Amino acid sequence: MASVASTTDIRAFQVDVSEDALDDLRRRIEATRVPSKELVEDRSQGVQLATIQKLADYWASDYDLGRVESRLNALPQFVTEIDGVDIHFIHARSEHEDALPLIMTHGWPGSVIEMLDAIGPLIDPTAHGGSAEDAFHLVVPSLPGYGFSGEPDELGWDLNRTAKAWSELMGRLGYSRYVAQGGDVGAGVTDAMGREAPKGLIGIHTNLLVPALSGVMPTDTDEERAAAAQIATFRQSGQGYFLEMATRPQTIGYALLDSAVALAAWMIDHDTDAYYKIARAFVDEEPSGNLTRDHILDNVTLYWLTGTGASAARSYWEAYGPDAPAAGQQPLPPPTIPFGFTTFPGEIWRTPRSWVEASYPNVIYFNEVDKGGHFAAWEEPELFSTEIRAAFRSLRDEGRTS
Amino acid sequence: MSSTVETTTEIKPFHFEASDDDLENLQLRIGAARWPSMELVDDRSQGVQLKTMQELARYWETDYDWHKVEAQLNGLPQFITDIDGVDVHFIHVRSQHENALPLIMTHGWPGSIIELLETIGPLTNPTAHGGSAEDAFHLVLPSIPGYGFSAEPTERGWFAGRVGQAWAKLMSRLGYTRYVAQGGDQGAAVTDAMARQGPEGLIGIHTNLLVTALAGSPMPTNTDEEKAAQKAADIFRKTGFGYFLEQSTRPQTIGYALLDSPVALAAWMLDHDTDAYYKISSAFVDGKPSGNLTRDHILDNITLYWLTGTGASAARSYWEAGQAQAEAAAAGQKPPEIKIPVGFTAFPGEIWQAPRSWAEAGYPTLSYYNKVDRGGHFAAWEEPELFSSELRACFRPLRAE
Repeated sequence: MASVASTTDIRAFQVDVSEDALDDLRRRIEATRVPSKELVEDRSQGVQLATIQKLADYWASDYDLGRVESRLNALPQFVTEIDGVDIHFIHARSEHEDALPLIMTHGWPGSVIEMLDAIGPLIDPTAHGGSAEDAFHLVVPSLPGYGFSGEPDELGWDLNRTAKAWSELMGRLGYSRYVAQGGDVGAGVTDAMGREAPKGLIGIHTNLLVPALSGVMPTDTDEERAAAAQIATFRQSGQGYFLEMATRPQTIGYALLDSAVALAAWMIDHDTDAYYKIARAFVDEEPSGNLTRDHILDNVTLYWLTGTGASAARSYWEAYGPDAPAAGQQPLPPPTIPFGFTTFPGEIWRTPRSWVEASYPNVIYFNEVDKGGHFAAWEEPELFSTEIRAAFRSLRDEGRTS
Repeated sequence: MSSTVETTTEIKPFHFEASDDDLENLQLRIGAARWPSMELVDDRSQGVQLKTMQELARYWETDYDWHKVEAQLNGLPQFITDIDGVDVHFIHVRSQHENALPLIMTHGWPGSIIELLETIGPLTNPTAHGGSAEDAFHLVLPSIPGYGFSAEPTERGWFAGRVGQAWAKLMSRLGYTRYVAQGGDQGAAVTDAMARQGPEGLIGIHTNLLVTALAGSPMPTNTDEEKAAQKAADIFRKTGFGYFLEQSTRPQTIGYALLDSPVALAAWMLDHDTDAYYKISSAFVDGKPSGNLTRDHILDNITLYWLTGTGASAARSYWEAGQAQAEAAAAGQKPPEIKIPVGFTAFPGEIWQAPRSWAEAGYPTLSYYNKVDRGGHFAAWEEPELFSSELRACFRPLRAE
């Protein structure tokens, strides 16, 4: 049965970008035709012209386009075919024997790039202010259609299917007892894994409260009302990208494949907090934490070089679109396995503990921290890692005694 | 009177020639398009299909000739005049018939004056197009600020109401004291606003998109026809609203795509309503245009957006509409009632085919309603003769008065 053996093969992977592709990207950035300036002083008409011009200047002139290749190739990367799609993942094992296996999923407009600076603290905690008991074996996959994973060539890759693929991946890596974590779309995948509760998954942590997007949350306290108002604002003025990708991923895909600045603009027009942080990194050269110009462009450049703008957008169509096979399906009941959550203050809405408890029956960890936003792992990798350690600490103890 | 006043009301002839550099650059960009993989469905439910785009790009790069429409435009009397701080471009074609009725007709998005070009003959020269001299119009076709050859507003506030006011000034500047107005899509919103403002001289309007059904007031859903219209409007809101929401909230963001990539611009413009999309797609993929919606005409419009670089400024008009709507809602303001006659034609391919009852609910002064058997959202563009005969019929009683 050679064919079966080959489909579960795990192959080593290296990024290899041609000079031609880099030259072409640089030429396109330099040839950009920009619109007139927005008529407002804030982001209310979208990504500001000054931000895009600074970004494009830096991207074409100062940024090292080889960074994506060199940063990723410094890590153990693999590809394995799961359910018909080649899944790319970073697999960084800790040197500590009792490390807890953790699969961590990026979101949109993210990629494995978001997670790179969390790898050190998570697998090598003793070098980053933690103890050996905090160590993780880390698996960081690229969602199907994102980065160096293959693009699905059939319908049906919704969050549940990705979640199943992740448990298959962890099984294939020989992990029989592990945890999962994610933000944004990664939180959707992680939440789905929790609901599917595959054998071996002993707990999950997210930093975006997925059920708050579809369910009714309590609005009794000031804190709850403030969070509900933030969601309402997002729905009113921040959801254009979401609706377009959930309904017409192919249409916006032409822009995301053909124009480098269109791709960059579409990607940085996410939540308000992250937008202003990114704008400041370029315009004022004042990055917020680890959200530096280089790191932001690493991610945009990865989307460009892999040409995955359309396929990543399709994941919204599959997960949230009214025409997708998954549309109208009832979610599985909330996970009964242990759930941890961290509220980062800059997130689209600041999730109160009560909302977490209303959403998940088995909350083992909740904390609200004082820094970081939607891209928590990216912006504040040390703080984020501390949260992950704390969230899963109690599950390790159970492991040792059982 | 100071000379500045004279200058600002001056009407200057207008003429446009694209530079060879701009046309070559466009061609190069189309040829260098980097394509996404193919959509995973067999219909438009994930957006503009790859095959449609590739066929459009091939034709645009190798066969299409902008100079044809440029010559057509330059053969028409075109003008620019500064109104309310913006240089407004318009075509002004006077009929040879003395008693012609002045008509100001407004294009929509993703349209331009290109949509309306083939109606100029039938409307201004009816005797050559199956009508009688009594059907003639003097025609004014302005470009909405931020669209085509009109200048881009440099300040906030150019929502449909302000455009409507500018149009009344334009008609008065042209010496028209008794005129009618017409529009579809954004043009319908401008025309509706004009009717509510009721400027002196405006004696009636006609639209072919029932904007009052979009404005929120619930429409009757008792009959099968009404239920079908409601269902069509609901589907649009559910799956066809992405471009609308993006433009009304983040015009600048999508603007980068629309200025930098011709194929992104073309895809964004093609992805309007379902009926028009399939008609346009069929024109490119099967070489079977619907009526006047030919490959060349479609590309005339897209190329105009490209050469004028107005993708972002046109998108901003949706943002302005959104702001105006939110401000009116916050203030609890209802739009003023219309006191002049309103006509409406339901074209079968429109996003929803508005029943007479809906038109009556939206417009108590409805004086004309007809349902025709051809045409869609871009009625004037697709079926210029039929469209023109609708305008003749609609406005005929107003001439007698």
